[in-house]
Amino acid sequence: MTPEIGHFALALALALALVQSVLPIIGAGRGNILWMQSARWSSFGQFFFVGIAFLALMQAFITSDFTVKNVVENSNSLKPLLFKVAGTWGSHEGSLLLWTLILTVFGAAVALFGSNIPLSLKARTLSVQAWISVGFLTFMLLTSNPFDRVFPPPGDGQDLNPLLQDVGLAMHPPLLYFGYVGFSIVFSFAVAALIEGRVDAAWARWVRPWTLAAWMSLTAGIALGSWWAYYELGWGGWWFWDPVENVSFMPWLMGTALLHSAIVTEKRDAFKSWTILLAILTFSLSLLGTFIVRSGLLTSVHAFAVDPERGLYILGLLAVSIGGSLALFAWRAPTMEPGGLFKPISREAGLLVNNLLLATATGIVLFGTLYPLFYEAATGGEKLSVGPPFFNASFIPVMLPLVFAMGMGPYLSWKRADLAGVLQRLRFVAVLAVLATLVIWYLAEGGPVLGYLSLMLAFWLFFATLREWAMRIKLFEVPFPESLRRAHNLPRSSHGMTLAHAGLAMAMFGFIGSTVWKSEEIVFVRPGTEINIAGFDVTFEGAERARGPNYFADRGKLRVDRGGMYVTDLFPERRTYPVAQTTTTESAIRSTLAGDLYASIANPAAEDERTQGSWTLRILYEPLVNFIWIGSAMLVLGGSLSLSDRRLRIGAPSRKATTLVALSAE
Amino acid sequence: MGRLLAFVPLAVAAILGGFFLWGLNPDRDPNNIPSVLISQPAPEFDLAAVDGLETPGLSRADLVGNPGPVIVNVFASWCVPCRAEHGVLTQMVEKDGLTLFGINYKDKPEDATKWLAELGNPYERIGSDLSGREGIEWGLSGVPETFIVGSDGTVLFRYVGPVVGDAAISTFTEALVQAGALIRGQNG
Repeated sequence: MTPEIGHFALALALALALVQSVLPIIGAGRGNILWMQSARWSSFGQFFFVGIAFLALMQAFITSDFTVKNVVENSNSLKPLLFKVAGTWGSHEGSLLLWTLILTVFGAAVALFGSNIPLSLKARTLSVQAWISVGFLTFMLLTSNPFDRVFPPPGDGQDLNPLLQDVGLAMHPPLLYFGYVGFSIVFSFAVAALIEGRVDAAWARWVRPWTLAAWMSLTAGIALGSWWAYYELGWGGWWFWDPVENVSFMPWLMGTALLHSAIVTEKRDAFKSWTILLAILTFSLSLLGTFIVRSGLLTSVHAFAVDPERGLYILGLLAVSIGGSLALFAWRAPTMEPGGLFKPISREAGLLVNNLLLATATGIVLFGTLYPLFYEAATGGEKLSVGPPFFNASFIPVMLPLVFAMGMGPYLSWKRADLAGVLQRLRFVAVLAVLATLVIWYLAEGGPVLGYLSLMLAFWLFFATLREWAMRIKLFEVPFPESLRRAHNLPRSSHGMTLAHAGLAMAMFGFIGSTVWKSEEIVFVRPGTEINIAGFDVTFEGAERARGPNYFADRGKLRVDRGGMYVTDLFPERRTYPVAQTTTTESAIRSTLAGDLYASIANPAAEDERTQGSWTLRILYEPLVNFIWIGSAMLVLGGSLSLSDRRLRIGAPSRKATTLVALSAE
Repeated sequence: MGRLLAFVPLAVAAILGGFFLWGLNPDRDPNNIPSVLISQPAPEFDLAAVDGLETPGLSRADLVGNPGPVIVNVFASWCVPCRAEHGVLTQMVEKDGLTLFGINYKDKPEDATKWLAELGNPYERIGSDLSGREGIEWGLSGVPETFIVGSDGTVLFRYVGPVVGDAAISTFTEALVQAGALIRGQNG
C-alpha cells in the first residue's frame, strides 16, 4: 500500500506544480496579490507530497519490500540498516526522487525565508521553480517510476554494489544534489529577473545567500566524493577527470564565478547581465550533468543504466529550460543598463579576471569531457578518449594565474586601486612565499619545477590572505585587545572570505604534496617480511579469516614502527560479498597531518612455488593529503560564516534604501 | 552588452544540443564500434612480456591453434574503467574457464606489475605495447577494448569500453556464445 501512496503523492505534487507554474506568474503580471501569494502554499505542498513519496520509498527499502522492483534491484535483506536507507537514492529512480525532493526543498525555503523579497519577484521565481518541478515530476512519472511493482516478488534482493556501501558514499549524493539542485533557485531568480526586466544591487543581495548555500553543499559533496574514492575504493588517488567527476566540477567552477560576480553586482551595480548569464549557466551545467550521467552519452564508471528514452526526455527538458532561458537572456539582457564604471586596476577588474579565468577553466573541462562526442560526430563514428594528461596540461596553467590573482584581489579597492601601494604591501608576502618554497626545496629531495611553482603560489595565496586579514584587524600594529575588538566588528563575510581563500591554499598543499612526493611499494610478503617506506618500518605479521554482517574477509596484520618505536597496527582487508558476488579492497590507513600511510592487501598474482603462502601488499605514503580535506572543510566553513553574516540574513529592506547605503559607502 | 553578443550563449547551447541529439541516436552505442578487423585475420604482432612479470609475452602465433576462441583484452593501469572491468574478466576466466590474453597498452611495466599484483592476474599471456604501435594495428580507439579471436586467428568480435554492467556483460556473453566459446545458458 505505501508504494501506491508514494506514487499518488508524486501525482499530487505534479498537480500543485502545474498550478504554481501558472497562477503566481500571471498574478505578478496583473498585480493580483492573492494569486501571487498562492505560490507560498503550493511550494509547501509540493515539498510535503514529494517528501511523502521519498519517505514511502525509504520505508520500502527499510522493510525490504521485495514487491517493489527498485528495492529488488538495489537492496538485500542482509544489508546493514544505514545502507538500506542509503539504497533509497542508490538507483536512477531513487536519485531522481531525491533530486526532485531537493528542488522542492529550495522552493519551500524561498517561500518560507524570503519574506524580504518583493512579492512579485518571489511569485515569478517560484513559478519558474515550479516549471523545473513539472519537468522532473513528469520525467519520473512517465519514464522512471520508483514505485513500480514486481510480480511474483523474489525471495531476496540483488544487493547494492558493495563499493557503494560506505558511510562517505551514503552521504555523498545528498550533499552533491543539494549543491547541484540548489543552483536551480538561483536560476529561477535569474529568469524571474529577466522576465521582470530589472536587475539591481538588491536583486544580487537576495540571490547571494542561495548561491552560497548551494555552492557550500556542492563543495562538500565533491570533497566527500573524492575522499570516498581515495579511502574506500583504494584507487590511490582523489581525482581522475572522469566524465561524471567533471560534470559535478563544472557547476562548481561556474558557481564560484557566480559567487564573485554577484558581489560586484551587489556592491557596485555592475556586471549585471554577466551575473544573470552565470546564474543560468551554472544550473544549466547541473542539468547537463544529470543528462550525461543518465543518458549513456559518454562512457564512465559512474554512469547509471542506459536508456535512450530517458536520454531523449532529459534532452527535451534541457532544450526547453536552457534554450528558453538563454533565448530570454538574448532578448532581455541588452536592455539592462550598465552599472558603475571602474579602472583597469580595481577590485572590479580583479573579480573580472577571476570570472574570466574560471569561465575559461569551465570551458576547458566542458570541452575535454565532450570532445570524444564531437570527434565521433565529426569523423562519422571514430572514437577516442580524453584522459588526465589533457586536463592537467590545460587546466593547471589556467588555475595558477587565478591563484596569483586571488592573493592580490582582496587588497584592491573598489573603482580604482593604488597599484603601487598594493605591491608595497605584498612585497613582504612574495619574499615569504619564495623563502618557504626554498625551505621545502631544501628539505624535500627533488621534484618537478611545476610542483615548486605551484607550491610557491599556494604559499603566496596563504600568506597574502593572512596578511590581508591581519591588516584589517591591525594585528601587531595596535594593542592586542584592540585587534580583537576590530576582529569582532569585522563583518562575518570578511572572515568567511579569509577562511575560504586560506582553505584553497591548504587544499593546494594537499594536491601538490600527494602528487609530487608520493611513495609507493608493492611487494610479495610472508609473515615476518619487513618493508621500509618513507621512514616507516612495516612488518607483515600474517593474515587471518574474518567475518562481517554480509561478507567475509582476509585480514592482514601489519606492525608499523618508526626509528625503532612502535607506531601502530594496520589491518587491511580483502572482502568478498557472497550475495553480490564481488570482492572489494578495504585499505587500512594511518592518517596524520604529515601524510597518510596506506596499506592494501591482495592474493598473490600467480600461485607458483615462489609465491606460495605469500600475499601482495601495497603500501603508499601520501604526504600532506589530509590538507585536501582540511582545505575543503575550510572552504565550506568560510561559506557558512559568510552565510551567517547579518547583512545577508536581514537582506536589503527595500531597493531604494540599498542604493542609498551603497552611495553613502563610497 | 551588444545585441549580437547576447545571442552567443544561445547559439553555443544550440550547437551542443545538436551534438547531444545526434549522440542519443538509439543505433549509436558508445561502446559498439564497427571494426574493419571483424572476420579478418588478427594483425601480425609480437609483443614482449611486461618487464618484471612472470606472465609470458603475446604474439600473433599464440592466437592460433587454441582449443577454442580466446579473449584479447587491451588494458592499462592508468585506465580507471579497466579496474572495474578487471573483476568481470577474472570471473569469466575463473568460472567459465575461458582463455584470456592481455595487451598492456602504453603502460609503465612497473605500474602494470603493481596493478596486477593488487587486483590479481587472470591473464594467461600479456604483451607489453609500450609505444602503442600494435594498438594502431588493432585499430584501438581507447582503453579498454576487448576482442574475441577464433582458434584460426580470425577476429570475431570487438567490444569498445569496459565490459561492466548487465547490458555490456550480456552483449559480450552473447558474442562468446556466437563464437562458440560458451554454451548458451552457461553463464546464466
